Amino acid sequence: MSVKKLPNRDGYGHGLIELGKSNPDVLVLDADLAKSTRSDWFQKEFPDRFFDLGIAEQDMLGTAAGLALAGKIPFVTTYGVFVAGRAWDQIRTTICYAGINVKIAGAHGGVSVGPDGATHQALEDIALMRVLPGMTVVVPCDAIEAKKATISVAEINGPCYLRFAREATPVFTKEEDFFQIGKANVLNDGSDVTIIACGPIVYESLLAAEQLQKEGISTRVINMHTIKPLDEEVILKAALETGAIVTAEEHQIFGGLGGAVAEVLAKNNPTPMEMIGVKDTFGESGTPEELAEKYELTSNDIVKAVKNVLSRKKD
Amino acid sequence: MVPQSNENLQAICKDVRADIVKMTAAAGSGHPGGSLSSVELLTALYFNVLNHRPEEPNWPDRDRFILSKGHVCPVLYSVMARTGDFPVEELMTLRKFGSRLQGHPNVKALPGLESSSGSLGQGLSIANGLALAAKLNNKSYRVYCLMGDGELQEGQIWEAAMTAPHYGLDNVCAIVDYNNLQIDGKCDEVMGINPLAKKWESFNWHVIEIDGHDLAQVLKAYEEAANHKEQPSVIIAHTTKGKGVSFMENVAGWHGKAPNKEELEKALQEIYGGGI
Repeated sequence: MSVKKLPNRDGYGHGLIELGKSNPDVLVLDADLAKSTRSDWFQKEFPDRFFDLGIAEQDMLGTAAGLALAGKIPFVTTYGVFVAGRAWDQIRTTICYAGINVKIAGAHGGVSVGPDGATHQALEDIALMRVLPGMTVVVPCDAIEAKKATISVAEINGPCYLRFAREATPVFTKEEDFFQIGKANVLNDGSDVTIIACGPIVYESLLAAEQLQKEGISTRVINMHTIKPLDEEVILKAALETGAIVTAEEHQIFGGLGGAVAEVLAKNNPTPMEMIGVKDTFGESGTPEELAEKYELTSNDIVKAVKNVLSRKKD
Repeated sequence: MVPQSNENLQAICKDVRADIVKMTAAAGSGHPGGSLSSVELLTALYFNVLNHRPEEPNWPDRDRFILSKGHVCPVLYSVMARTGDFPVEELMTLRKFGSRLQGHPNVKALPGLESSSGSLGQGLSIANGLALAAKLNNKSYRVYCLMGDGELQEGQIWEAAMTAPHYGLDNVCAIVDYNNLQIDGKCDEVMGINPLAKKWESFNWHVIEIDGHDLAQVLKAYEEAANHKEQPSVIIAHTTKGKGVSFMENVAGWHGKAPNKEELEKALQEIYGGGI
């Protein structure tokens, strides 16, 4: 199957431009990474509403908070590691504790960032953001969904975290597909097992389901683009109807999507689970393909995880 | 609000000092030292400078005050109550369960606050954002931000110190309560911040250095800052930690400790007895 590829951060750039046209209160702040994060697309269209804060993420978050307190809708943009990690206390105390309407975009999520290596590959950001009270966390799966997510978070009055990836990845959703924050999309129905994924690895999950289908395993695939608030209903329905769950994300296996799904299942309906993700280690330099292979994030790894979970499935 | 005479302000400062020791005594914890050193700075600001409407806390054109050193909220709560934001009696609920007067300010709990604070170093950035929004919206409100001297050891302050002049935020007035004490001792010994005026000057700020307990100097400094264009202003206010209560003055131990009953009585006698 041949499919068009784009970095999903492109969707962020397109979404910002659309927002810039429709809402004069939308501003964009960046910390010296405007070209890479695509916030420079907005800068070109709306130079008076773009502010570079320099390499000073903590100050950028605080400045955004002040702008939001005065009624603006600031989108702050940098790499996920530098915003979710370095400015975490600013996000916690200044923004979330006060419920301030700041939109935070973390680019370069996952090992697929590639040659830059571990320092630039955000692998903990979903965990760091979802633990904060009042925070919305969205991880779009492709460039089209990224654009929708960008536009949608502007409608929420409160802090939101958007996670993007660096690499060009398959664009497999359509403009007309339904998208609502907090409402997961079931992309492939199935009755034997469910894969719940977020980000570009959703595509790998679909490839895995296709492979499994050939082997007679009926696989449901859920695109869990919103990690918080989590669509618990779709998870519990999948647990009940398929009895086995595999989560897939380009993030540490601790605290991210897998953790969030496990919390829901443990509390309501303990269900055999496998988690695809980076296993308590840092990334390294390499091509995205080499790294996906090493860190077991490919469709083949998902197929293996499905078979493991099926072997543990209750009767 | 009608500006108060210098004499009235002095009398109000005594009440504010009394509030601080009473509140922290009632709470059994809190931060009297740095609250007492900021009394003149905030009393003058709230009564004579800050354009705000207690009956309309979200008035869009109000001047904003950001308390970056959140632990000295007793002094802020006191001047807020005494300018009409909430009843003075409520001050005694400080730090108690269910109180709007949280141990460090919570903007969601108490109308009239502009931000939550407690983790140091974050206020000046918020002030810059508010000031930048004023420029974008063609609003003439001003933004004030009180910081501690020890707080200046936080790197984010200096990030924000670069941002304000970069964006020409002459509507920002930073205030440093320079009492030269922090929890572990003298700022100079814990982590030196001098030469302080030169630091701010080199970051392209207009620097005003004053005695932070002299009301006339405090008021004049706010006026000078308001009239200074194209650059943000910083008021470096030399103060005494624990000012007005002899046994608390210049003692680092009173940074975060409440007076007991006897100490409270003695403090109140000093505050109302001999003047400051």
